[in-house]
Amino acid sequence: MNFVTKKLGKSELIGVIVLSLVILVIFPSVFNIFRLNLIGKYLTYAFVAVSLVLLWGNGGILSLGQGVFFGLGGYCMAMFLKLEASDPVATKIQTTPGIPDFMDWNQITKLPLFWRPFHSLTFTVLAIVLVPALFSFVIGVAMFKRRVGGVYFAIITQAVALILSILIVGQQGLTGGINGITDLKTMHGWDIRSDSAKYILYYVNAVLLIGCVVFTRWVLSTKFGMLLLALREKEDRVRFSGYDVANFKTLAFCMSAVMCAIGGAMFTLQVGFMSPSFVGITPSIEMVIYTAVGGRMSVIGAVFGTLLVNFAKTFFSEDYPDFWLFLMGATFIGVVLLFPDGLAGLYERYGKPCVQRLMRRSSAAKAEPSAMQSDPGVPVAALESGGKHG
Amino acid sequence: MAEFEMLTIQGLGVSFDGFKAVDDLNFLVDRNELRVVIGPNGAGKTTLLDLICGKTKATSGTIRFKSHELTAMKEHDIVRAGVGRKFQTPSIYENLTVAENLEVSFPRGRTAFGALFFKRTADVNERVQRVAEEVLLSDKLEQQAALLSHGQKQWLEIGMLLMQDPELLMLDEPVAGMTVNEREQTAELLNRISKNRSVIVIEHDMEFVRKIAHKVTVLHQGKVIAEGSMDKVTADPRVIEVYLGH
Repeated sequence: MNFVTKKLGKSELIGVIVLSLVILVIFPSVFNIFRLNLIGKYLTYAFVAVSLVLLWGNGGILSLGQGVFFGLGGYCMAMFLKLEASDPVATKIQTTPGIPDFMDWNQITKLPLFWRPFHSLTFTVLAIVLVPALFSFVIGVAMFKRRVGGVYFAIITQAVALILSILIVGQQGLTGGINGITDLKTMHGWDIRSDSAKYILYYVNAVLLIGCVVFTRWVLSTKFGMLLLALREKEDRVRFSGYDVANFKTLAFCMSAVMCAIGGAMFTLQVGFMSPSFVGITPSIEMVIYTAVGGRMSVIGAVFGTLLVNFAKTFFSEDYPDFWLFLMGATFIGVVLLFPDGLAGLYERYGKPCVQRLMRRSSAAKAEPSAMQSDPGVPVAALESGGKHG
Repeated sequence: MAEFEMLTIQGLGVSFDGFKAVDDLNFLVDRNELRVVIGPNGAGKTTLLDLICGKTKATSGTIRFKSHELTAMKEHDIVRAGVGRKFQTPSIYENLTVAENLEVSFPRGRTAFGALFFKRTADVNERVQRVAEEVLLSDKLEQQAALLSHGQKQWLEIGMLLMQDPELLMLDEPVAGMTVNEREQTAELLNRISKNRSVIVIEHDMEFVRKIAHKVTVLHQGKVIAEGSMDKVTADPRVIEVYLGH
């Protein structure tokens, strides 16, 4: 597995460029707005997959509760949008106009205190970042300072995901319950349901995702990233080299939580609702699968892994809805058994040698322009579909 | 005496479920001294190092390192105070290169945020280069650590400790699994690096011990049974009975 872990510097830069081309240029020009919006939704999951590359792939800390942070970001955004959609005019048929409809159905007559600041977009944006950061910090300190790690940490994060989803479902009057927060319409008067808004949101989402990819690459290239790898392998050696290991793990956990939350907020904006089905155990584990399929060491791989699994999911679940979950499980087992480094590992093994041969050949072609004129075009296309998309 | 002793251990004890691994132990290491600790299996040698570096908490007694009381300190603070420890099996980061292994051990950027904004400045590179030469790995800097031989891994871990320039260096069986030639080189290495620091070495290979030791301490059942020059302890009848005789 070592070939993926090391020396990705230059090829990852090429990877970022290819990724940007695919999601900023190719997808918008190939797909209609319905499909593009769907891809936009998948790309919000990719935030989580990227966060897991940092936390799990490099840090060795498996969190099975990333849905919690995705949900926190998504709910913060949904609360803002819901309040805007619930102005007294639009809700005048309710017993208490001016509060979200589900509160009215649950005999709540006053906007709960914790909802009030979400009238402000500035507060909402801050909350999307700070709420998950704070929450993950508390969990991180509580766990890592006590040296809870490995399987135990995974189980505890899973429990947190379960607790939060039960809490949301149970507190129907405050959270919208199992239905979630629906009927979201505008953001500062801007209709997020229109096609033009969907285009803009797709691009905002794509740029934020590329930002997260670049940020994660940067983190992994610093001494902090090197230490994450180091403590995945030999935690005691890191500790006895004078580092407070718990602080490193906590910071990585907080960073990953914030990335998930940004994805969650963008999900709400693009899909138009948020519900507990994106918070609990199942989505959290599904997101780990995206990362595994993409290759847990590669941030670029994680994005393509997410897209691949979701394309497959859409494709299969349209025809065999009952069969899909089995197929998903089989995919995960297959990936772990056959190519533990995922798409990125496949690319490193089969795709990269092709690229390098190609680069050598094209530089040779530059030297003697007559010799190799017709050749390079064909392998490029083959590589694009074979190497990158699986 | 004008300055503190490097390491003073008094009445140290630890028990695991009633079993006393180290029992009322007194132990003193001078500045610039290279001390070797020997003893049969289960004598408490590794436990002694664990107690000094904070991996195991003492049940009783004190460990004084210069002006610090180590029994009350956290592991990373003990390291920062100047105690370095090599583990019995080579503990290196196999996924990183030799240079990176040394670099992450450089004592700057030790906080989480500090590491994020750590810059690889000229003094870091220079230090990596110098330590690599010291531990005979200067031609392997770009090689992945997993590909080193067993002996080279041991040297690399010693190098990682030297990056921190500790005043007290503790090595747990540094020549285990080494070839005769490598043992030779390690003995020279240890004699070189003990010039301006104190070193505690745990070792079984008596020939090797003879080459490096200033003084030898013999542990048996968690207690010191003999201490002094190599010739003195090897002539001690109790040492012969519990250790050398076997």
